[in-house]
Amino acid sequence: MRIKTSAVVMALYLLFLMVPIYWLVNMSFKTNAEITGAFTLFPDNFTLRNYTVILTDPSWYMGYVNSIIYVVMNTVISIAVALPAAYAFSRYNFIGDKHLFFWLLTNRMAPPAVFALPFFQLYSSIGLFDTHIAVALAHCLFNVPLAVWILEGFMRGVPKEIDETAYIDGYSFPRFFIRIFMPLIASGIGVAAFFCFMFSWVELLLSRTLTSVNAKPIAATMTRTVSASGMDWGVLAAAGVLTIIPGALVIWFVRNYIAKGFALGRV
Amino acid sequence: MEKTQNNKAWFLVLPVLVLVAFSAVIPLMTVVNYAFNDTFGNNEFFWAGLEWFDDMIHSSRLHEALGRQILFSAIILSIEVPLGIFVALNMPKKGFWSSFVLVVMSLPLLIPFNVVGTIWQIFGRTDIGLLGHTLAALGIDYNYTADVLDAWITVVVMDVWHWTSLVALLCYAGLQSIPQAYYQAAKIDQASRWAVFRYIELPKMSGVLLIAVLLRFMDSFMIYTEPFVVTGGGPGNATTFLSIDLVKMAVGQFDLGPAAAFSLMYFLVILLVSWVFYTVMTNMDRSASDIPEEL
Repeated sequence: MRIKTSAVVMALYLLFLMVPIYWLVNMSFKTNAEITGAFTLFPDNFTLRNYTVILTDPSWYMGYVNSIIYVVMNTVISIAVALPAAYAFSRYNFIGDKHLFFWLLTNRMAPPAVFALPFFQLYSSIGLFDTHIAVALAHCLFNVPLAVWILEGFMRGVPKEIDETAYIDGYSFPRFFIRIFMPLIASGIGVAAFFCFMFSWVELLLSRTLTSVNAKPIAATMTRTVSASGMDWGVLAAAGVLTIIPGALVIWFVRNYIAKGFALGRV
Repeated sequence: MEKTQNNKAWFLVLPVLVLVAFSAVIPLMTVVNYAFNDTFGNNEFFWAGLEWFDDMIHSSRLHEALGRQILFSAIILSIEVPLGIFVALNMPKKGFWSSFVLVVMSLPLLIPFNVVGTIWQIFGRTDIGLLGHTLAALGIDYNYTADVLDAWITVVVMDVWHWTSLVALLCYAGLQSIPQAYYQAAKIDQASRWAVFRYIELPKMSGVLLIAVLLRFMDSFMIYTEPFVVTGGGPGNATTFLSIDLVKMAVGQFDLGPAAAFSLMYFLVILLVSWVFYTVMTNMDRSASDIPEEL
């Protein structure tokens, strides 16, 4: 009986999530005339024109490439610096640790709107404006604290005896960290990487401020095209659908990590 | 877990420190600089002292935006946290359906903010949107661009749609880490479903729940893109939240001084509330686990 009610709850919730997305996908296969003229649940004149427009025009598809480049850079940087820091927070007391931890978190709380203009000036003055690395570094502002926070939570769950046993067995710290510790918190790394990817992928305000042409993200491309060409609903919907796909691929990948790695709590 | 005292741990924290100092402290200092100075362009600055802060504290525009923002965050948290926990409890634990549900639930999280806005803008329109069209067909007078209540409902439902999954996924991760033995023990004790939730699942989820509540509070307090795309802050100023107001002031009117003073106070409010949350919830966590730990 319990299984049945939970299935109903989940079905309703997933339906709620999927209907707006379905509507977007539906629109992306329609012609503009059909979108504005008739009200149909399925496209009458199934068309791929909207996707062709995007995939043949470099000013469109380079947006996706740029976004993916800086998001991946940001994820790698965030996780790489957050791993040792999270280990320090989870294992040691040191002078100012609590204050430092909270200070890191405050950066996650800073409204991006506050930072947009100063970032623009900072990166212009050091010649990084309109590069992928600028956006990747800017996104570290909120992703690094988050990664430290998530990883710390996972690392706290690993018994300290494992560290001690490894040292007794003659492991050096770097070797222990990479060979023994990181596999133990693989699911944590997966989850942290997922969140970094997610927040960097969806962010618009900073990435739009810090780029003009060469590193322009897809989200910014969309806003500009909407205002320039009036309301090309079909292309807009198709671009929206395409922004969902990389995220879906990432979660599919991380899902396997989570499924394998959650034995962590049962050690 | 007891920790060892070791100040060399600072070396492990150093990379994070350098990176965050570069991407946070320097820009923040620029904002502070603006907040205390007046400028007529050309990078010439004149000391203005606390003038901007004085202006902003007495600005009714700021008070109204703050009021709307608090109301919005309160509504968001009171819907998303219970709903997220409820969904997490009902998620399938293993097998194909578990993966399927995880993937579908994560989808809204990975849609860029302005696309979320666009989806709901389209979805709610009475001429081309499914929701707007259906409501109109049912005879309900729904128009989010003209009616204040409709605009609020649209923005709130959009945020629930967008972010409830985050709370649910975090809670689900917490639930997954509970050993099966706990449930078996509860079964032997003939614990009720509620007791299992209250004394096993909730304490085990408290850590991730803290993350979820803090994230949701901070992000809803800084929300900009989605309501801006859907309602543009309107009708009137009905959905002009703090960030929208700030960007209007800084970019629209280019009032750097007031905008910077506004930013700093805005930041401080978020900081204060988050600190209270953080302290209260870590204390709860401590008393729940009964392990004395030095804070």
